[in-house]
Amino acid sequence: MRNQRHRSGEAGFTAFLALCAGVALTFLAVPIVALFWEAPLGEIPSLFGDPVVLDILTVTAKTNLIANLLIIGFGTPTAYLLATRDFRGRTLAVTLVELPVVLPPAVAGIGLLAAFGANGLLGGLLKDAGIMIPFTEWAVVMAVTFVASPFYVRQAITAFQSVDPLLPAASRTLGAGPVRTFLRVLLPLSASGLMAGWVLSFARGIGEFGATIMFAGNVQGVTQTLTLGIYQQLNGDFDLALAIGVLLVILSGAVLLTYKLFSSWRSSTSI
Amino acid sequence: MAILDFDLNVRLRTFDLSVSLGVDRETLALVGPSGAGKSTVLKAIGGLIAPDAGRIVLDDEVWFDSTGGVMRPPEERSVGMVFQEYALFPHMTVRQNIAFGERKGARRTDELIERFRISGLAEAKPDSLSGGERQRVALARALVRDPRVLLLDEPLSALDAHTKEMIREELRELLAELDLPTILITHDFADASALAARAGVIVAGEVRQLAPVGELARHPADAFVATLTGNNLLPAVAEPDREGGVVVRFDDGQTIGADRALSGPVGVVVAPWDIEVLGGELPRGEVPPNAFFGRVSSLTAVRDRVEVRIGPVQVECGVAEAHELGLEVGGQAWAVLERAVIDLVPLGRDTPRMLT
Repeated sequence: MRNQRHRSGEAGFTAFLALCAGVALTFLAVPIVALFWEAPLGEIPSLFGDPVVLDILTVTAKTNLIANLLIIGFGTPTAYLLATRDFRGRTLAVTLVELPVVLPPAVAGIGLLAAFGANGLLGGLLKDAGIMIPFTEWAVVMAVTFVASPFYVRQAITAFQSVDPLLPAASRTLGAGPVRTFLRVLLPLSASGLMAGWVLSFARGIGEFGATIMFAGNVQGVTQTLTLGIYQQLNGDFDLALAIGVLLVILSGAVLLTYKLFSSWRSSTSI
Repeated sequence: MAILDFDLNVRLRTFDLSVSLGVDRETLALVGPSGAGKSTVLKAIGGLIAPDAGRIVLDDEVWFDSTGGVMRPPEERSVGMVFQEYALFPHMTVRQNIAFGERKGARRTDELIERFRISGLAEAKPDSLSGGERQRVALARALVRDPRVLLLDEPLSALDAHTKEMIREELRELLAELDLPTILITHDFADASALAARAGVIVAGEVRQLAPVGELARHPADAFVATLTGNNLLPAVAEPDREGGVVVRFDDGQTIGADRALSGPVGVVVAPWDIEVLGGELPRGEVPPNAFFGRVSSLTAVRDRVEVRIGPVQVECGVAEAHELGLEVGGQAWAVLERAVIDLVPLGRDTPRMLT
C-alpha cells in the first residue's frame, strides 16, 4: 500500500517535471519555428543579390574578421601570460578581462564613446592625430572586440592551464626555448580549447548589437551589420528582417554544433 | 670535486630544502617519502626552478650560482630528464617524441629506437603504450641529446608490480652501460638498492644519511632509515652489561644481548631475512640464546619465501623451512636475533610514530 503510494508519488513528480520542461521547450521553439514559417524562404537565395543585404553582409564579414584577428592575436598571448605566470595584480587583470561578459552592452557602448568619442577621454588626442573613430567601421570592430574577446580569453586561459606543466618542462630540458615550447607543445595541446573559445567569441561578435548601435551607429554600407539590419528593416521590409533572422539562426546552429564538436574532440584527445 | 656538484637551498611551503651533494660517474639514489623535496632537487638541477640560494656546477660549467647571479635556462644545461609518469608529448608519435630534442644534423633518433627495441611502436601515440614501453620511450627521448647528466624521477613507480622487476633489471643494465652521473629519485628503497651504489635518505628537505645502499640497510643512522630500508624496528630499553655490551629488554620482559654502546630507549634493527626461526617445541625445554619467543600471528607466502610474523617481529624464511618447522598461525615460535645481525638506534619519544 505504502509502496504503491510511493510509486504514484514518483510518477506524479515526473509528470510535473515533464510539464515544466514541455512549457519551457515550447516557449524556446515557437519563435524559431515562427521565423521559418513567416519568412519568405523561397526568396532567400535572391536576397543575396539585394544591394542592402550585400552591404550588410560585407560590413559584418569585414568588421568581424578584423575583430576576430585582434581577439586571437592579442588574446592568445594575454591568456598565456595570465595562465602561466603569477604576478601582483593577476587576479585584477583576470577580472578585467572577464568583465565584458557581465557588462550590459549599452554600458560598453557608452564607455567606448566616453573614451574615444569626439569629446571623450582620448577624443582630443585622436582628433589632433586626425583620427575619427565613432560611427566608422573601426567603431564596429572595437565594439565587437570589446564585448566578444572575454569569451575567447577566458577559454584560452583554461585551455593553457589544463596542459600538464611537466610537458613544457620536458620540452625545455630537451633543448627547446620558451618560444619553441609554446609553439610545439602548448599550442597544439590547447588547440581544441582555443578553437572552442574562438567559436563562442565569434558567435558573440556576430550577435553584437547594443554597443555597436551606440558607438558606431546604424549606417548602411558602413556600420550596419546583420543584427542592425534586422532592427532597421523592422519598420521597412519586414520580410527582409525575417530572412536575415533565418540566416542568423542557421549560422548560430552551425556555431553551436562546431563548439560541441571541438569540446567532444577535446575530451577524447586529452589523457 | 665530483663531476656534478650542487648545493641547494629552496624554501618550500612547510620546510626549507637544503641539500649539498656531489655525483661522479655513478647512480646516486635519493630516497624518501613523498613531499620530502626529492623532485625539487631534480627540478633545480634541470633548471626548471631557481633555488633561493646555492650553486650547481657540472665539471667547470656553472649552471647556477646565487651569489654570481648565474641561472642557465634548462635548454642550455646538458641534462637528460625522465619525469614521473614520463611526461611524453601526447600529440606526437613515439618517433616525434624522441626526435623532438635531436640536435641539428644528428641521427640519434633511429639509433635509439633500435637500441630500446621500440621500432614497432615508432608511429604509435603514447596513450596506446604500456607503462614499460612508455618508460623506454622516455629514456630514449632523454638520451637523444647525449646529456652529461641523467635525472630520473620515480622511473619505476608508474609500472605494474609484475613488469616492474624486469624493467628495473633493464634499467640497471642501461645505467651501467651509460656510465653517466645519474640521480635517481624513488620512495622505494628496493629500487634504490637495485639501481644505485649510493643513496641519500631525504626527509623534510634534508639528507638524513648518505651511504652505500648496503650500509644504509645494515647500519641505519636513525629509526626512519631503519624502517625505510625494510628492517624490523623493535622498541626496547638498553642497559649496559658487564662485558661491554648491552642487555636489551622488550616491553614484555624478554631480553637479548647486543654489542652497541647505547642505553635508554632504543630500536632493535634487524632485517627479516637475517632472523632464524625455531619451532615452538624445543627438546628438553631448551631456551635458544638471543631469541624472542612469541605467537605466530600471520604467515604470508611471497613467491618462494614465507613472511612470518612472530609477536612484533617480521621474519622471512624459505617455504620448505616453514613447513619443516610446522609453523602455523596461532602457534608459537622463536625468532633468533644473532648479535652479529642486529643493530641498535636511539629511539626518541617522537621517532616511532612517523615511520608508518
